Amino acid sequence: MPGSLGVATFRVWRGDGQGGALVDYETNVTPGMVVLDAVHQIQAEQANDLAVRWNCKAGRCGSCSAEVNGSPKLMCMTRLSELPLDKPVTVEPMRSFPPIKDLVADVSWNFRVKQRIKQFKPRTPDAPDGTWRMAQSDVDRVQEFRKCIECFLCQDVCHVLRDHHLHDEFVGPRFLVHVAALEMHPLDTEDRVEELRQAHGIGYCNITKCCTKVCPEHITITDNAIIPLKERVVDEFYDPLGRLLKVFSRSQGS
Amino acid sequence: MSDYQTFEHDVLVIGAGGAGLRAAIAASAAGASVGLVCKSLLGKAHTVMAEGGIAAALANVDDRDSWRVHFADTMRGGQYLNNWRMAELHAKEAPDRVRELEAWGALFDRTADGRILQRNFGGHKYPRLAHVGDRTGLEMIRTLQDYGIHQGVDVHMECTVLELLTEGGRIAGAFAYDRERGRFRLFRCKAIVLATGGIGRAYSITSNSWEYTGDGQALAYRAGAALQDMEFVQFHPTGMIWPPSVRGILVTEGVRGEGGVLRNKDGRRFMFDDIPENYRSQTADNEEEGWRYTQGDKNARRPPELLTRDHVARCIVREVREGRGSPHGGVFLDISWIRERLPDAAKHIVRKLPSMYHQFKQLADIDITTTPMEVGPTTHYIMGGIRVDGDTQMSTVPGLFAAGECAAGLHGANRLGGNSLSDLLVFGKRAGDAAAQWACVHGAAAVDSGRIEEAGRCALAPFERSADAARGGPYQVQQELQVMMQDLVGIVRRESEMERALEGIDGLKVRARRVGVAGNREYNPGWHTALDLANLLTVSEAVARAALERKESRGGHFRDDYPEKDPAHGKVNIVIRKGEGGEMQLSREPIPEMPAELKRVIEEQR
Repeated sequence: MPGSLGVATFRVWRGDGQGGALVDYETNVTPGMVVLDAVHQIQAEQANDLAVRWNCKAGRCGSCSAEVNGSPKLMCMTRLSELPLDKPVTVEPMRSFPPIKDLVADVSWNFRVKQRIKQFKPRTPDAPDGTWRMAQSDVDRVQEFRKCIECFLCQDVCHVLRDHHLHDEFVGPRFLVHVAALEMHPLDTEDRVEELRQAHGIGYCNITKCCTKVCPEHITITDNAIIPLKERVVDEFYDPLGRLLKVFSRSQGS
Repeated sequence: MSDYQTFEHDVLVIGAGGAGLRAAIAASAAGASVGLVCKSLLGKAHTVMAEGGIAAALANVDDRDSWRVHFADTMRGGQYLNNWRMAELHAKEAPDRVRELEAWGALFDRTADGRILQRNFGGHKYPRLAHVGDRTGLEMIRTLQDYGIHQGVDVHMECTVLELLTEGGRIAGAFAYDRERGRFRLFRCKAIVLATGGIGRAYSITSNSWEYTGDGQALAYRAGAALQDMEFVQFHPTGMIWPPSVRGILVTEGVRGEGGVLRNKDGRRFMFDDIPENYRSQTADNEEEGWRYTQGDKNARRPPELLTRDHVARCIVREVREGRGSPHGGVFLDISWIRERLPDAAKHIVRKLPSMYHQFKQLADIDITTTPMEVGPTTHYIMGGIRVDGDTQMSTVPGLFAAGECAAGLHGANRLGGNSLSDLLVFGKRAGDAAAQWACVHGAAAVDSGRIEEAGRCALAPFERSADAARGGPYQVQQELQVMMQDLVGIVRRESEMERALEGIDGLKVRARRVGVAGNREYNPGWHTALDLANLLTVSEAVARAALERKESRGGHFRDDYPEKDPAHGKVNIVIRKGEGGEMQLSREPIPEMPAELKRVIEEQR
């Protein structure tokens, strides 16, 4: 094969909701190849029914999330040259979600969670033509959160979900970032602090920063999104004196 | 008897990219019950990949801009084959559609006075593209998704439509399967909006994902709808070419908008060597002026790198063919050179083009702030598609609407960058409104159980045949088609090659009917690929036949054997319908006379 860099072994999880096992496939490696290329090659040549999600192949859509050698990764952005190929490369679905088939996990829970979060509610427009004015410096912070591609790798690695299975009580880092994007949006007028404390379970996060480490978009999830939201919750619910003072000083100022 | 689950909606939208989401929102707002079907998860459609921006004459950056200039730019870019009514509506309504996104939470980059910032792009006279760095598509799809999920739309994710069902010539429903379990679904509805995107998977070098198998075009064609302009495929001039595994991935035109230049292996800015006559008065004739344009000098004309995509792609092909290409068979796209002009250039590049920076860093080991990129053309978009009415987006089948890439008309022979995202918004809304209106005044049509039975049987047939993954499998047939289309019906076309392609397509049709698949119905990509083949073959044949019929070169369609424009061909669209005996029938349909007012707009903008 032209340009071949030899043969590597991929140990791919094959199975469904009933169970499964790792299966070894050998395939040719060519320059620049990423894990998703290897999976596609195996699918085309050896296992036509090997299930995998993908779309953009450029780290933009967040479809091909998986665990490569145990780390949560986008398969399309994980180059084989970064992996030790003298050993088999294990490729497994995201383990925090129920398996559907092979590398495809059931991530539908995430879509249901988003539906429960209060949607964007803008203030009345600033200009008579119905438009708003915002400085770039005011939108920079929120634009960071809006880079999220919804790959759900942060959800996969979060121990509250992965180890403690608190899916009913905790929305996970992805949706705390989503709430942060809404709460810090310069135009938004909605208040989500009560939900953060109760329904979204922000208190479960003990800021181990695992989510930040795996984010392929390099969003500073814990420091920039979750901690400021925790501060809002604390200000609102656990510091009544401070709150009173704030109300007082506001009324003094006006 | 195939088992299936039945769903009922007033309006069924097929496809959940920008056009589908916008259509679903519009139809729901108009009071219709709406189902939204998509092949992937919500928010993953190709809109997410759009980088540059949304073209809309907001005139925030240059107050000389207006719908009139945008209209004239779109028509000039489309070589006047456009549906002028669509071009007019698009230019007039795009600004409102962009402002509406802001009201739904989108956060565009800002001007110094706090309004939506706009950037330069190929073929647009003034800075016109509302954008968010180079991830505008993500901002747009996420805004529509997050707004849409609160509008009472029923979303059917990972569901693929097999056939449209008609009764007495009008739409009655759609038959589909869910990818997860492989079970059939019957959608009964009064109207359907097709928003399925393009056909990029018919080619081997493409920026498109697995989804773009021409489903909407082929479904509509089989249901009796007319297609038009199928010969006009856009090859985006700048796709990645190295390493092989990333070949075809898009490099945004925004790189050139920010000052990036194209050079051949000798370091020459070859785009200055061939500036088409109809763009000469708008194009810089020296490097200095081009640079000033990219930095916002209103008196400067745009650099030739920002000529239309069809032209830039052909110039790149010429350089490579004549031996002046880069080591891996492309040319160089260099943004790093702006170090000579700007302090802090590296930071500026990373801020303006963050996705490009990471894409090259991670996938090609190249730092674009210091090193030129290697690029070459990649199959990106189809201007042609389902023939629709300009105002309502209804196809020639009553109750069947189409919007976005799968519809034809707005872009004519060539699409300007940035006009796609605005197309999705403007005509997604119009299609959704019109479909809801249609559903309001028309009752449900009966569905033919015989047709459903037949569609189910056909879909399961590949399981009855023996599977040979290595040789005759669905992936091999798909790959052979892709290579053949790339070689024989690609950027530069010839009669003899296209004749060969048609013969090849006939052979592949026979093989596609014999393809067998292994495994079961649960999330089985081999089976899905086998089922997609029929659509891919239909649209490939349509592209090849239309390209044979158009004996001239215009926009995205270039014939080596007819290299000039022919005025007679400039007055017609090539239209394709399914004949009585199932054969593809072509006709030349005259383009309606443009109203005097629009003619005046074009004259004043010359």
